[in-house]
Amino acid sequence: MNIIVCVKQVPDTEAIIQVDSVDNSRILEEGITFILNPYDEYAVEEGLLIRERLGEGKVTAVTVGPSRSESALRDALALGVDTAVHITDEGIESADPFAVATILSKFISSLPHDLILCGRQAVDDDFAQVPAILAELLGLPQAMFVVGLEIDSQDMKCKARREVDGSHEVVEMVLPAVITCSRGLNEPRYPSIRGKMQAKKAEIPRKSLADIGLDVESAGLASPKVKVRSLGLPPSREAGKKLEGEVDDVVKVLVEELKSRKLL
Amino acid sequence: MARNFWVFAELSGSEFRKVAFELLGLARKLAYKTGGDVTALAIGPIEESNTAKLGHTGADHIILCADDVVKDYSTEVYATIIADLASEYKPLAIFFPATARGKDLAPKVAAKLGVGSASDCTGLEMTDNQRIIFTRPMYAGKIIAQVETSGEPQIATIRPNVFPSPTPDESRKADVERISADFGEDVIKTKILETIVGDAEVNLTEADIIVSGGRGMRNAENFQIIRELAKVLGAAVGASRAAVDEDFISQPHQVGQTGKTVSPNLYIACGISGAIQHRAGMSTSKCIVAINNNPDADIFKIADLGVVGDLFKIVPVLTEELRKEMG
Ligand SMILES: Cc1cc2nc3c(=O)[nH]c(=O)nc-3n(C[C@H](O)[C@H](O)[C@H](O)COP(=O)(O)OP(=O)(O)OC[C@H]3O[C@@H](n4cnc5c(N)ncnc54)[C@H](O)[C@@H]3O)c2cc1C
Ligand SMILES: Nc1ncnc2c1ncn2[C@@H]1O[C@H](COP(=O)(O)O)[C@@H](O)[C@H]1O
Repeated sequence: MNIIVCVKQVPDTEAIIQVDSVDNSRILEEGITFILNPYDEYAVEEGLLIRERLGEGKVTAVTVGPSRSESALRDALALGVDTAVHITDEGIESADPFAVATILSKFISSLPHDLILCGRQAVDDDFAQVPAILAELLGLPQAMFVVGLEIDSQDMKCKARREVDGSHEVVEMVLPAVITCSRGLNEPRYPSIRGKMQAKKAEIPRKSLADIGLDVESAGLASPKVKVRSLGLPPSREAGKKLEGEVDDVVKVLVEELKSRKLL
Repeated sequence: MARNFWVFAELSGSEFRKVAFELLGLARKLAYKTGGDVTALAIGPIEESNTAKLGHTGADHIILCADDVVKDYSTEVYATIIADLASEYKPLAIFFPATARGKDLAPKVAAKLGVGSASDCTGLEMTDNQRIIFTRPMYAGKIIAQVETSGEPQIATIRPNVFPSPTPDESRKADVERISADFGEDVIKTKILETIVGDAEVNLTEADIIVSGGRGMRNAENFQIIRELAKVLGAAVGASRAAVDEDFISQPHQVGQTGKTVSPNLYIACGISGAIQHRAGMSTSKCIVAINNNPDADIFKIADLGVVGDLFKIVPVLTEELRKEMG
């Protein structure tokens, strides 16, 4: 079973995000710690679990991004993926979801692939788009927001349990397929010391757009389909009224407040 | 059908979701401004008589596909139907709800049409040359972006509970165009084997009111007092990640960066400290009430109404009081 895991490097969820005052379509990267996208941890873990359950298989992590994004691949290697590939080129950090999916699809179609695991969304852009576009470009079925997965390597099928608002669905798909992994699918392991050491030393091959047979134009970098015009801070939420005192009194005041705001 | 705004009228079972009407209301407003019209895409197990509501809330036209092949949701079939219709009629924009279905469908349709799409939008504005500038949170709501998509149709998923549900006007009627869908079995690459319908208390995305519990609840049994308050209010039940990790409640209830993003009218946080990852999922709620015994808890910084005290004393009294109030 050849499993591809698409990973992205994103700012730590605790990071304070500021807009670049020179170019307000960008954020300031200075001082930000970058991590492996939390949802991609579920994707990596699921790949490893499938390999372990089947007793065979190869898990390849791939990322599209600037130099710094290599750390996401080292994190994946430390967890136990077999190989990692970094697709990087000038201007690649501003790739929109269509461009990222185009690049990924071009690369993945050159590899044997039975299953493509992605995160449910990248917690920086919060698009939740790359996997669906990737599936379309590769002509593969997709199941999004998956919280349970069973692989039948004999018949090359899978059963995915996905969350739909208010309910769950179990769907069956023929492999290869694209799956996006959500919280609840598994409990990601921690890297071992040995894994970390090996990941640190590992050679991670870098591929340029030309290496995979694309250029700025054909990768879609020249004409983004989603354009960020500007970024700004959300309106700040002010602390409102604090209610303190005897329980009965506080509750009465609270109910009156809710009534006056027409919330009841 | 030039300059047409399309809305994917999502179903829950065989009834339209509330968000379908919210999007029709939004599309109607844009159409008034630009002189265009509104088409609702009604795909699924739908009785024609049930589509009148779409007209009452803003649709001028309804494209109805209720063939057997669309009885169950299938990404490929639904996306192909919508993309084919869009290639033929060339709408200016297509709005999907930012629900699990909408997020599954919108990028797929956009990819088929070779255009972009904007995810999980909370606002939009139309320029004079009919380009739509979408407002969408990024970085879990720490940043608000203005984005544009290339080409036409301009496609977006719109967050539920952000735009008001229009008051139905029963004198408004939409024409219904029935279409049939011919697909070979081979198009349907995903087959739904089973649907497990959860109860209303877990449908967080569209809930008007959510009562959430955190680690402060201490155990699963205690969550009962959250459920009782929720029941009186007709609310959904949410939770912090800590409450889920401690097995007080199941994962689908989790609100936050790695859970659900919600914008109810009222969000009541009980025993939740207000970590940045939790706030990411609920800070666009219209009114936030926090009940916490630590007066310095971060949740109070964003709460419209902060109750300082022991939730085990306050919540049951509040439930009683509301029970009297609501009759
Ligand atoms: C990558 C990542 C993603 C994450 N995603 C999410 C997410 O999606 N959602 C999420 O919620 N968290 C998320 N977290 C976790 C988050 O950082 C916090 O750990 C979590 O939100 C804390 O939950 P809590 O507020 O219930 O618990 P705590 O922080 O332990 O707070 C409990 C609160 O209860 C109060 N309390 C205790 N007893 C009482 C009482 N008797 N009466 C009243 N108040 C009482 C305490 O004062 C305290 O404020 C994420 C973390 C990471 C690193
Ligand atoms: N630059 C990238 N490189 C590799 N995988 C990516 C990249 N961007 C997104 N993905 C994958 O697509 C998922 C959803 O990302 P997004 O559509 O950006 O929210 C992520 O969790 C990754 O699995």
